[in-house]
Amino acid sequence: MAGIEIDRVGKVYADGTRAVSDLTIDVMDGEFLVLVGPSGCGKTTALRMVAGLEEISEGEVRIGGEVVNEVPARDRDVAMVFQSYALYPHLTVFDNIAFGLSLRKVPKATIERSVREVAEVLELTEQLHRKPRNLSGGQRQRVAMGRAIVRQPRAFLMDEPLSNLDAKLRVQMRAQIARIQRDLGVTTVYVTHDQTEAMTLGDRVAVMRGGVLQQIASPQELYDRPKNMLVAGFIGSPAMNMVTAELALDGDDASVTFGGHRLTVPASVLHKRPALRGYAGRALAVGIRPEDMEDAEIAGPVAAGGDTLSSVADLVEAMGADVMVHFPVDAEAVRTEDRESLERDSGGAGRTGPGTVLVGRFSPRTRIFEGQPTTVRVDVENLHFFDLGTGSSIWH
Amino acid sequence: MTSLIGAPAAVGAHRPVAAVPRRRSIASRVVERIAGPAVRVLLVVIAVFWLMPVFGLLVASLRPESANSGSGWWTVFTEVFTRPAELTLANYGELLSDRTMRGSLWNTVLIAVPSTVLVVVIGSLAAYALAWMSFPGRDWVMTGVVALLVVPVQVALVPVAQLLGATGLYGSIAGVVLFHVAFGLPFAVFLLRNFFAGIPRDLLEAARMDGGKELMIFWRLVLPIALPAVASLAIFQFLWVWNDLLVGLVFADEGSAPITVALRGQLRQFGANVDVLASGAFVSMFVPLVVFFSFQRHFVQGVLAGSGK
Repeated sequence: MAGIEIDRVGKVYADGTRAVSDLTIDVMDGEFLVLVGPSGCGKTTALRMVAGLEEISEGEVRIGGEVVNEVPARDRDVAMVFQSYALYPHLTVFDNIAFGLSLRKVPKATIERSVREVAEVLELTEQLHRKPRNLSGGQRQRVAMGRAIVRQPRAFLMDEPLSNLDAKLRVQMRAQIARIQRDLGVTTVYVTHDQTEAMTLGDRVAVMRGGVLQQIASPQELYDRPKNMLVAGFIGSPAMNMVTAELALDGDDASVTFGGHRLTVPASVLHKRPALRGYAGRALAVGIRPEDMEDAEIAGPVAAGGDTLSSVADLVEAMGADVMVHFPVDAEAVRTEDRESLERDSGGAGRTGPGTVLVGRFSPRTRIFEGQPTTVRVDVENLHFFDLGTGSSIWH
Repeated sequence: MTSLIGAPAAVGAHRPVAAVPRRRSIASRVVERIAGPAVRVLLVVIAVFWLMPVFGLLVASLRPESANSGSGWWTVFTEVFTRPAELTLANYGELLSDRTMRGSLWNTVLIAVPSTVLVVVIGSLAAYALAWMSFPGRDWVMTGVVALLVVPVQVALVPVAQLLGATGLYGSIAGVVLFHVAFGLPFAVFLLRNFFAGIPRDLLEAARMDGGKELMIFWRLVLPIALPAVASLAIFQFLWVWNDLLVGLVFADEGSAPITVALRGQLRQFGANVDVLASGAFVSMFVPLVVFFSFQRHFVQGVLAGSGK
């Protein structure tokens, strides 16, 4: 077991495409680190450079303190789980798991014992004599895991290992991976585009975007204090609502206004984010998490006012445990690259015309239905603020 | 702003009803009833038609020379009723006692087996390097291989004869083998490289992560997965060399001539030594069949199934 230091690593392909720039991550011994980001953000490339499957163009990768830039993959003593599982089709499950050990000339008896032990943990004992083509998706995934575990490597590298499973199985396997990693205590770097996986699995989560590391922090910290709009928009589901607003400041009384709506900014928020004062009278981006909104009828009578939005419910999605309510507000949307590409992909349905559609996560007790005027209570203590120019979060 | 999406429930309503197996028309069922057996009959007819000459050769090889020169092989069927059929293994005895024929049969084995083995071994190693190892000039080498595919054998006969003469290999079995290997390799490399390149990259990378060196990955992963392609190549190469007449005729001297050349030598100006010719031809045809059927179980489909999602 060993820590992995990724030190100012960059990747430039032969055709000049830059996949990763100046990436520095210090993965501690035994840590579960998740690299997360939209597709094409360089997370897989970064992982492959650690694995030794991709040449490192710039910087250094150190495993257990030793620089491995020139060490071939087979000698790095790390194991990788591939998105496609990459099981050896001509070998049985037993031989698939044993492959790495037999290449390393481990004695037969030891191999037999190790493979059976791993198969026991992964509940593959019944399948040991089978070929991969006769296994279900979940079983194949476990064989891929077993192949990594059996070698007792210094680190696990996992490249979207669950993305080919159906939703239910994914949740189960996620828990199993977390358990196995905790029990073995092996340093793990896990790549995913699924922020739920990232949040649930990672000791720390590194959010990447366009080959650049945006923020690395514990899941809760990412959620509570996103460093910029990209992270804020990526972490949390549904995504954080963002509107362009103007900040008005009068002594300790502050408020933001957007398109006829006005939200009070409590003194405590101003106190936590002193830099906010500098934005008085200027436009900024206000972020509201869906879970910080509630049907005003349920949230109880409004005390002081200034913490509600009025609109008409546009779409109501009952999820059972909660209800997602989409409602338009007359405010300018914050144009980020993420949102624009998402809209392009989805055909921009329902997003025509000016204004922004906000999404609120309401209690299932709400009586709201589509087309009904509604008042939404906003937890103004948890508002997020971002600089429109740089996209950075406004804190200090 | 009204939504263009609408309530989720409305989307569900447009979904087509779960597919029920459609009742096929009577006509299509009738066609299916008849077509199945009809196709089978047709296949049997074709097979019989194709096997006729083989059978004729077998019968001819079992008849004494006098009978063969008097009447065609098909008369055995009518002779059965008129007088005792004259079928005998004497021709095979004569074939085996004929030193030239026996030697040439052995020569063919000595030519065909190394030619096949060398082409498969060198070809698959080269194909692996061209498919999965990066080295400068790789694409140029591959282009060269493709270019060599279209060079006809005849073009090389004279220069290679001179070359073999200069090196003292002219007339020897080694010279014939070298020629066959040289002309078998481009196709072998081309075929195997394309097959190897079709193996998912993840598999090789997984093997690399598992600690495999190139030769190990080749031997324990690529070769077993590519077995159908390698087996097909081996069979075709073997058949090609076994049946070759031209190269043997040009490069082999009397002592190292293959069976095809020896059989040609049995043709006389006025008629032929049908007894030795027929039995010799049958033997020379029979060996490839044995090779084919012993390898054919490796023509397995879908070897890659199950490696991925």
